[in-house]
Amino acid sequence: MLTKRIIACLDCHAGRVVKGVNFVNIRDAGDPAELACLHSANGADEIVLLDITATHEARNTLVDTVRRTARDLFVPFTVGGGIRSLADAAAIFDAGADKITINSAAVADPTVITAIANRFGSQAVVLAIDAKRLPRSCGKIGAEVYVSGGRKPTGLDATQWAKEVESRGAGEIMLTSMDRDGTRSGFDLQLTSTIAGAVSIPVIASGGAGSVQHFVEVFRDGNADAALAASIFHFGLESIGELKQELQRAGIPMRWPL
Amino acid sequence: MITLVDYHAGNLASVRKAFEHLGCTVEITEDPNVVRSASHIVVPGVGHFAATEQLTRAGLTDVIRERISEGANFLGICVGMQWMFESSTEAPDVKGLGALKGMIEKFPSGAKVPHVGWNQIERRQPSRILEGVESPSFVYYTHSYRAPVVDETVGVTSYGDDFSGVVEKGNVFGIQFHPEKSGGAGLKMLENFARLAC
Repeated sequence: MLTKRIIACLDCHAGRVVKGVNFVNIRDAGDPAELACLHSANGADEIVLLDITATHEARNTLVDTVRRTARDLFVPFTVGGGIRSLADAAAIFDAGADKITINSAAVADPTVITAIANRFGSQAVVLAIDAKRLPRSCGKIGAEVYVSGGRKPTGLDATQWAKEVESRGAGEIMLTSMDRDGTRSGFDLQLTSTIAGAVSIPVIASGGAGSVQHFVEVFRDGNADAALAASIFHFGLESIGELKQELQRAGIPMRWPL
Repeated sequence: MITLVDYHAGNLASVRKAFEHLGCTVEITEDPNVVRSASHIVVPGVGHFAATEQLTRAGLTDVIRERISEGANFLGICVGMQWMFESSTEAPDVKGLGALKGMIEKFPSGAKVPHVGWNQIERRQPSRILEGVESPSFVYYTHSYRAPVVDETVGVTSYGDDFSGVVEKGNVFGIQFHPEKSGGAGLKMLENFARLAC
């Protein structure tokens, strides 16, 4: 049976893993290469490394950090932050990433999605969507896409954008609820299930993980294919192995034991 | 020496890194003359079946076929495995290597496509490439088309229905999932391949 994935996210700044609340107040959480290996050994199904300061400082993700992190990592490894072109993506793949994630660049020029997918395959293109809920209108779930690390609203509707990126060749969607990110109050289940229902490519839910029950809910009620979390792992609130065993007991298919 | 065939479909860094981690020397080539003297040929691949046309255009298909008949070990990964069959409904006009009989098809309707994530591979017959690999083991898949279960299927995965996860015929091996991204189980399979005598 295809299992639901637990993805450990390493938000990086200047080669170090950091964690903030709602994209601000960041603090140090360790070395990316060490943490990636540790998470993988503990049961993470995938590792995502995001250079959270790359876009607004116009700085490319440090290829060296990627190379160092990829060296002894044998689970899927996704890298994002500051990737603006096919050439940027190629450098990241060459350093050992299996997938890249793009957000701002895809909004600025959606053809970059197709360009990277044509060269490296759709499975290598993860579209990051940072979405913020709009006030409820006519009972519909509305959410707006933001870019530049959550700084800039785009006017794009998250569901429409998800459909468009799928048609342009994205292989997965990493959906971050900006309202929930860093709050540990649970994933945005309605937003997740709305997007998951609108596309056939996998949806990775992100933002708000704080307890085992939040993961149960996002898989069962949010229809997520994968769930991503950062801080609860770094600060030892849960081990991934414990989390996966709990989820398995709750009837969620998990890769466990490894 | 592992000879990794580059036909400009996707990223070879991860496969290279996995073999190097196992202590192998890896060469990446698109030159038929280099493949002509290879002992362990690996054709990876992602994306569309049509991309494999480049193998024929570059004169690699005939050389690979020749090397296989001379006893070289061959491993196809993902689309590289699909290419080992006769054809695919993804690109009906593109011919595969034809080392195995059968056609690659899309998953049956009802199964969410693409099939992405960790699923289980179960050994169905004795296998050199799966030697020492626990059955079932979790492995990482990402694909929309798959090979049917055939006589040469040694590992089966179920998604919608049963399909070929691993095929093996003499010195020819195919893996639909990504062994380079499947933790210890995947590395063991690559090690088994690298250790084959030639």
